[in-house]
Amino acid sequence: MKQRILISLVVFVYLLHQDFWFWRTPYPLVLGFLPVGLFYHACYTLACAALLALLVKLAWPFQLEASSESLRSLEDEVR
Amino acid sequence: MIPALFVLAYLGVVLYIGIFAFRKAAGHETAEDYFLASRSLGTVVFLFSLFGTNMTAFTILGSSGHAFSNGIVTYGLMTSSSALIIPLSLFLIGTRLWTLGKRFGFMTPVQLFRDRWECRHIGTIIFAVQAVLLVPYIIIGVMGGGTTLSALSGGWVPYWLGGALVALVVMGYVFFGGMRGTAWVNTLQTILFLSFGAIALTVIGRGMGGFSQAAEELLRSPATAPLLTRERISQLFFLSYTFIPLSTIAFPHIGIFCLTAKRLQQFKPTVILYPVCLLAIWLPSVFLGVMANRAADVPAIATKLEARRQLTAGAGQLPAEERQRLRQTAAGDDVVVLLLNHYAPVWLAGLLGAGIMAAVMASDSQILALSTMFTEDVFTFYGGRKRFGSAAQVHTGRIFVLILTGMAYLIALEVPVSIFELAVQYAFSGYAALSPLLVAALFWKRSTKWGALASTLWTAASVLAVAILQYLVPASAGSERVIVSLFGAPALSRTPGGTAIFGLMPVVPMVLVSSMLMVVVSKLTRKPGTEIVDRYFETSKASSENAGFARARTQG
Repeated sequence: MKQRILISLVVFVYLLHQDFWFWRTPYPLVLGFLPVGLFYHACYTLACAALLALLVKLAWPFQLEASSESLRSLEDEVR
Repeated sequence: MIPALFVLAYLGVVLYIGIFAFRKAAGHETAEDYFLASRSLGTVVFLFSLFGTNMTAFTILGSSGHAFSNGIVTYGLMTSSSALIIPLSLFLIGTRLWTLGKRFGFMTPVQLFRDRWECRHIGTIIFAVQAVLLVPYIIIGVMGGGTTLSALSGGWVPYWLGGALVALVVMGYVFFGGMRGTAWVNTLQTILFLSFGAIALTVIGRGMGGFSQAAEELLRSPATAPLLTRERISQLFFLSYTFIPLSTIAFPHIGIFCLTAKRLQQFKPTVILYPVCLLAIWLPSVFLGVMANRAADVPAIATKLEARRQLTAGAGQLPAEERQRLRQTAAGDDVVVLLLNHYAPVWLAGLLGAGIMAAVMASDSQILALSTMFTEDVFTFYGGRKRFGSAAQVHTGRIFVLILTGMAYLIALEVPVSIFELAVQYAFSGYAALSPLLVAALFWKRSTKWGALASTLWTAASVLAVAILQYLVPASAGSERVIVSLFGAPALSRTPGGTAIFGLMPVVPMVLVSSMLMVVVSKLTRKPGTEIVDRYFETSKASSENAGFARARTQG
């Protein structure tokens, strides 16, 4: 269930990149100089960082870590 | 002249870093140490060097130049499209590459493919396609060095000398320092060019009297108002750009860099902060590129704007040569350098120039990656190490670095830049089309070497086909030329910037067909042996039982 929600979230964020709603307008100019389309994509970049933080927190591949940890302890034994 | 001195001092520093790394490794230098820094990079160096490795001359100069001509769409096309895909591919694929590299001792992606699919010569074919796609990238890095040093010095350092200096410095620190030296230099470079954005934005903004007035003036003129929207770009074209970042994880230099982390944990900050680093460098570069359209008080920029006006006014009527001359004059790759030279004090322009140079000198990791691939996938694989020993392997790698950089420099002097720009453009699509190989090798038990071969051959053939098409059918000024129609709609067109297939960039069909071939051909050919599948997939299942302990330890 958790995996499905996370995959849906990734797909949703991917789709948000296609912001056709700000395609033809520069307004409002955020801070008086930043066209809204550019501001949206700057925010989108930060939203990606937040999503990735969530993935790292909730879906980190611990099994890979476990296999590398067991390899490291094997190396230590050999030494 | 003074900015050039700062840049020369910077080149001296990075050369010294390479020699320092060489001294640190002296006495215990193995192939794994030279090519992978003994898989020992710490968190900060791993994050900054991986990010720096993926940034090129285009990052500051090309992005602002593209934004100067095309507007804010540059950021959506090239930055925010990467902000999700690249870190996600590091999260899903990079971590697995690192684990398998650690477990089986792989040093290149081809070693993984050879082992995973139990193949020999198919691996060599994949190596050849990867190498051919990587070489233009290296050459354009050397060219970028020559052009930038020449521009920063106001022509005082000629192109041939600038290119030679940059090639020598890159060759020096890669030759001496190997992966450790390259990673340290990349870390310094990334810190430099990340600082560049905020400082340049502040200094130039102050010089222009604030950006609000400039933005209002751009919006008042019908010629420049569209630069603040995306109305000139089709939504399909914009969508297809999101396929380009798939190339990143398939680039050998990125795949090899994934093997250098000391622990898997080091991927965590890299995955999370990658988009933030992208924002820090690309947003100021793109914004300044757009704002340069209001910097008519800078004489060289005024000349560019006039050339663009003449191009627009005489569309379709100008002779080809004149059009080409005007197009070259109007190109904006140096607008940031021009803005800095005009608005920043000389010493600051010098420091920021070093930041630009840092972004330009990105060919180091590609040179090292190609050297690693040659020594591992060809020299060692065909018996070189057995016959001549491990030390000869490192010497071969170093000699390869010398030959490759020397050849890249000579080619950069002789061949027009446009040819390599085109080649690099298709290198991205080519590597994106190779990405299904990694996905299949790591996640699909049923994938076979024949599927991998079909995908690789398709990639090579499609890159070649698009290149030939663009050579045979030149672009017409400002309009699209339909080559094949289907039911009255354009199916294949030659656009001013490249080729379109049903309105999409060629990368989309290239990736989709490559994936389809991997699936269909794998299904039609014999299953891989259970022993190899168990080695790759059952081990990870067994280790997942230990994952609880790892999770508890990490979170506890």
